[in-house]
Amino acid sequence: MSQLASLTFYHNDDARPVIEAILADNPGVQVLNMPGVVKLDREGDIVIKRTTVEERLGRPWDPQEIHLILISMAGNLDEDDDAFSVSWKHPPPFNRG
Amino acid sequence: MSINAISPDYESHIVFRDAEQNFHGNRVIYVHWEQHLSFCSAIAFPLPPAMPFGAFVEEVIKPHYAAHPDAAHVDWSKLVWMIDGEKTAPDFSKSLAENGIQHKSLVRFWTPGLDGYKSSAS
Amino acid sequence: MSAKKLGLKQRYAHMTRGLDWETSYQPMDKVFPYDSFEGIKIKDWSAWEDPFRLTMDTYWKFQAEKERKLYAVIDAFAQNNGQTGISDGRYANVLKLFLTGISPAEYQAHRGFAFAGRHLRGVGPRVAAQMQSLDELRHLQTQIHTISHYNKHFDGISEFSHMHDRVWYLSVPKSFFDDARSAGPFEYMIAIGFAFEYVLTNLLFVPFMSGAAYNGDMSTVTFGFSAQSDESRHMTLGIEVIKFLLEQHPDNLPIVQKWVDKWFWRGHRVLGLVAMMMDYMLPKPVMSWKEAWEIYYTQAGGALFQDLARYGLRPPKYADIATAEAEHISHQNWAIFYQYTHAAAFHTWIPDAKHMDWLSEKYPNTFDKYYRPRWEMWGRMAKEGKRFYNMALPQLCQTCQIPMGYTEPGDPTTIAFRSSRFRGETYHFCSDGCKDIFDAEPEKFAQSWLPVHQIFQGNCGGATIPDVLNYYRLANGADNLDYVGSPDEKLWNEWQADKLKTAV
Repeated sequence: MSQLASLTFYHNDDARPVIEAILADNPGVQVLNMPGVVKLDREGDIVIKRTTVEERLGRPWDPQEIHLILISMAGNLDEDDDAFSVSWKHPPPFNRG
Repeated sequence: MSINAISPDYESHIVFRDAEQNFHGNRVIYVHWEQHLSFCSAIAFPLPPAMPFGAFVEEVIKPHYAAHPDAAHVDWSKLVWMIDGEKTAPDFSKSLAENGIQHKSLVRFWTPGLDGYKSSAS
Repeated sequence: MSAKKLGLKQRYAHMTRGLDWETSYQPMDKVFPYDSFEGIKIKDWSAWEDPFRLTMDTYWKFQAEKERKLYAVIDAFAQNNGQTGISDGRYANVLKLFLTGISPAEYQAHRGFAFAGRHLRGVGPRVAAQMQSLDELRHLQTQIHTISHYNKHFDGISEFSHMHDRVWYLSVPKSFFDDARSAGPFEYMIAIGFAFEYVLTNLLFVPFMSGAAYNGDMSTVTFGFSAQSDESRHMTLGIEVIKFLLEQHPDNLPIVQKWVDKWFWRGHRVLGLVAMMMDYMLPKPVMSWKEAWEIYYTQAGGALFQDLARYGLRPPKYADIATAEAEHISHQNWAIFYQYTHAAAFHTWIPDAKHMDWLSEKYPNTFDKYYRPRWEMWGRMAKEGKRFYNMALPQLCQTCQIPMGYTEPGDPTTIAFRSSRFRGETYHFCSDGCKDIFDAEPEKFAQSWLPVHQIFQGNCGGATIPDVLNYYRLANGADNLDYVGSPDEKLWNEWQADKLKTAV
């Protein structure tokens, strides 16, 4: 059975580079636009890479800044200095350490 | 005791909030007209157990259901009654209590041939 | 060489571990008396992990930033008279229901997490519960601040706090939280942290708030999403709680399963109010309740419970019934409020032809067959000057406290009646879900404060409708009854006329 990992963001300027980074690094991600919000879904997992966001943003980006734009999620979450992910896979896409 | 409580004496502090003695001599009685869901649920009344069933029909049921267009077409001698899950033929001259109605009893009735607006059960 | 900056994981470890101590003047069991009676077994509290790895200092930083953004929007909305730009005057009624029914529940959640944050003996969950407690208080405050602007113009808002403890339909969310808060800290965490926050609140805060945006209410969508950005942290807490309990001891599984079953069903019943807000109360609807249920329960919940199956946990009992009810619940709830409009602190109306067509399209299996005829009949009666009211009080479910208006699974023409006997008295329920909850803890639910019975007992200001409205502080003729003919409508029409004048 399908297991969609999901992230929902504000539809605003702060979220745009993160959304673009997700589209670049996660092939097959589905985009659902609702008034004010964007929901991104992908089978199994979604990963946000710090470096990809920084390329678009042109400044250092701390994955914890996601607290300012994230509205909802589905999946087991993992976060460190370089990436942020939600996943239904075991083990998750990058190791807990 | 089935509840898992931290107080060992929980049992002795239970407030039975809707016990019959709290209703000033009345019993709470619920009534529902089947297939007429314009009335969203059964309706509730505090009534004396000595009230004759006929008075219950005339003074309580009829006026409260009168707003429905079907109400004018009901043949009150041909109803199907159910009290607390049992099909029954209540004696209109006897009291609610004598007809087996207790505190928090549910009285349902069907009006054969009348199934709400355009037979939609509304 | 300067010291290297600590990584996120190390920082989290330093800021959340080793902060507490083993008590010596008093035994730990006396200091933490609440975390053992529920039967949950914990072997190693340090196994708890918050995957967001949020420490208190970062928490303040991000929350302050969120507040700055939110209050800038609220200010701008007020300065620009944003209330005149909403889709229709009817829209304000969702805010009335939100502030009277949902905001006080935020406060209850704040109290509940403060309790859990005090009484769980592991430091990790304590820190997380305390953050959530502060979040919930913030939600209440931002909601009051946002909606206070509407209170300057619209009726039905000013007595929200007084009403919450008294009004018949507000006893539904109130009793839900009273039930959770009077349970132990673990049940509370599963009830609110997992079943409500993880499985169900998306339905409230995502599609409904998106609806607020679509209806021109910039202030509400902003507090909604600002709250929901805390919510994604809460969801993570919810899922960590359940994994932690299930990993700690196999004996925890049946206890946790029982709570998941109970709180899923209770949450489903409470959210029926939101179903009605989405399908009927948004003048410009954005997504049907059924569609939202499909995305946020069937899809998201499906993935979640598939993941939790590795612990032996199964999806909530009666989830199939809840899914089937998604075809009916909004229609049945709005019909309840339409006929009891004289006793509600917001306005009601019959959906117009265009809105009914939208409902037909979204509910092809049920709307035209069961619910359109009801609205047509009532519409006709209203035209003839015989607006339909139910002038008796409804039978309430002993568990969820909602009027017993829900129908048998598979038969939308027959009310579902369920009952149990306990210590010589009969108790009535709207569903198997609510009956099971009572049967598991009859000692608790025999004490329910059912508004209808309280009126009969003489505890609500008197026996007549004006007496009871007075006790509710509900202004007859202003707060209640139909939107058409209300002071709200008059005001809205004046604003529209002013706009036309300005345009000319």
